[in-house]
Amino acid sequence: MKAIVSVFAKDAKGIIAYITGVLAEQEINILDISQTLMQEYFTMIMLVDLTDCPMSFDALSRHLQEKGAERGLSVHIQRQDIFDAMHRI
Amino acid sequence: MSYLLNTDEILQTIRMIDQQHLDVRTITLGLSLLDCAGEDIDRVSTKIYDKICREARDLVTVGEAIEREFGIPIINKRLSVTPVALVTGGCKGNPVKAALAMDAAAAEVGVNFIGGFSALVHKDYTHGDRRLIAAIPEALASTERVCASVNVGSTRSGINMDAVAQMGHIIKNTAALTADRDGLGCSKLVIFCNAVEDNPFMAGAFHGVGEGEKAVNVGVSGPGVVYEALRECEGASFDTVAETVKRTAFKVTRMGQLVAREASRRLNVPFGIVDLSLAPTPAVGDSVARILEEMGLEVCGTHGTTAALALLNDAVKKGGVMASGHVGGLSGAFIPVSEDEGMIAAAREGTLNIDKLEAMTCVCSVGLDMIAVPGDTPAETLSAILADEAAIGMINNKTTAVRLIPAPGKTVGDTVEIGGLFGSAPVMSVHGASSKAFIERGGRIPAPLHSLRN
Repeated sequence: MKAIVSVFAKDAKGIIAYITGVLAEQEINILDISQTLMQEYFTMIMLVDLTDCPMSFDALSRHLQEKGAERGLSVHIQRQDIFDAMHRI
Repeated sequence: MSYLLNTDEILQTIRMIDQQHLDVRTITLGLSLLDCAGEDIDRVSTKIYDKICREARDLVTVGEAIEREFGIPIINKRLSVTPVALVTGGCKGNPVKAALAMDAAAAEVGVNFIGGFSALVHKDYTHGDRRLIAAIPEALASTERVCASVNVGSTRSGINMDAVAQMGHIIKNTAALTADRDGLGCSKLVIFCNAVEDNPFMAGAFHGVGEGEKAVNVGVSGPGVVYEALRECEGASFDTVAETVKRTAFKVTRMGQLVAREASRRLNVPFGIVDLSLAPTPAVGDSVARILEEMGLEVCGTHGTTAALALLNDAVKKGGVMASGHVGGLSGAFIPVSEDEGMIAAAREGTLNIDKLEAMTCVCSVGLDMIAVPGDTPAETLSAILADEAAIGMINNKTTAVRLIPAPGKTVGDTVEIGGLFGSAPVMSVHGASSKAFIERGGRIPAPLHSLRN
């Protein structure tokens, strides 16, 4: 299953390294990544493949939120389908 | 496949959900209770309870799982059942027992409302219809989750004015029995003309007789998203306004369609329809009135409001219809006064009154919805308001749904606090001149000429 991981935070060093590390621990492959600064806010969107992830979607969602919270990051994961449905005919 | 990531689109969706109140308003599981019919009301009630608990037990868990995985809030998980008058029609006992069974089953499966304590009397009553309608006040006062509705007219059959006259009294009695809660019971009672069989929205949902054993119907929402989109079109022509609403409605509906398909698959229940309604909530930023004001009206209810609403209602349908395989239900903009922050403000301010609301119901879905009127309004006046709305529905081939709350002890200027999604309503004035002799005539208003379409 493919999903979108979104990360919002005040900009700081090492956010990408930290989050990609958390994903790698869970055997999650990153297919595409985009990051930008909006004002001083760090915004990162990743398309990920969950095929090899041992965790259930719910558990993973909680895990990412907790890991994000430890560093003051807002991290969410949503199935990719919703974005495709809304923006693609 | 390509892995192209369109950040703008993704951020737009996230903003819609986080900041603009985009949500799926309800996943409603329609459930037939026709096989629960029988002669003994206790036995029928047990069958109703058992069937609902058995067939709807996964609804809430499935809804919550979809909510988490897709990151879309799904505000309500609800049930609609066969109009109960058809199920208890053969019983001599009090239909309130069936309402209590529905209430207990709804609590057991964890849904906040169950619709279908209903009777369809648009031409005439059966004995079962009479017993059920008489039981509505007690049923609504003694249950928490049960919603009732009565269809009193249709384009094909005309208006049953005996039922219209009776419903004025039923509304009054319901208010009286729930007087300690500002007549809360009336917020769960809808009087329809041209009721639809697959409406997922409360309080008027029921699972019509043309439906199958079960169906998943989804109601989307999104006034906040439309409002934000229109803020980008300040000063633009109506062509641009209509186009913007259409595009937004398309996106909102696609999301609803996705949720409906997913819920249908996981529950193993056929997908029924997506209802394209713009349903407001009392939250700031989730108001239909504010959309109309964004089009250039100082206050909702002033001259131009009906035209603005007509454009909005039509554009929502045009945008939504391509986004879903099956569109149904009420599908249009809702204008429930107590559930819309902007409507409440406009009514308080005095610009929005019941006559303007009646005009607005000619061009949008539903009718005079969630309107508090003085507690001493005569039953005949309530009936006359119902008759006016039913006439609008009958002549215009559309559904009209009326929810009036004659709040006991309250008068114009007071506020009725209904709470939760029902919000609060300023008591609106009604005309003092009597409609008694008109309502006392009884009988049937014949179906209009254009009912003869064969």
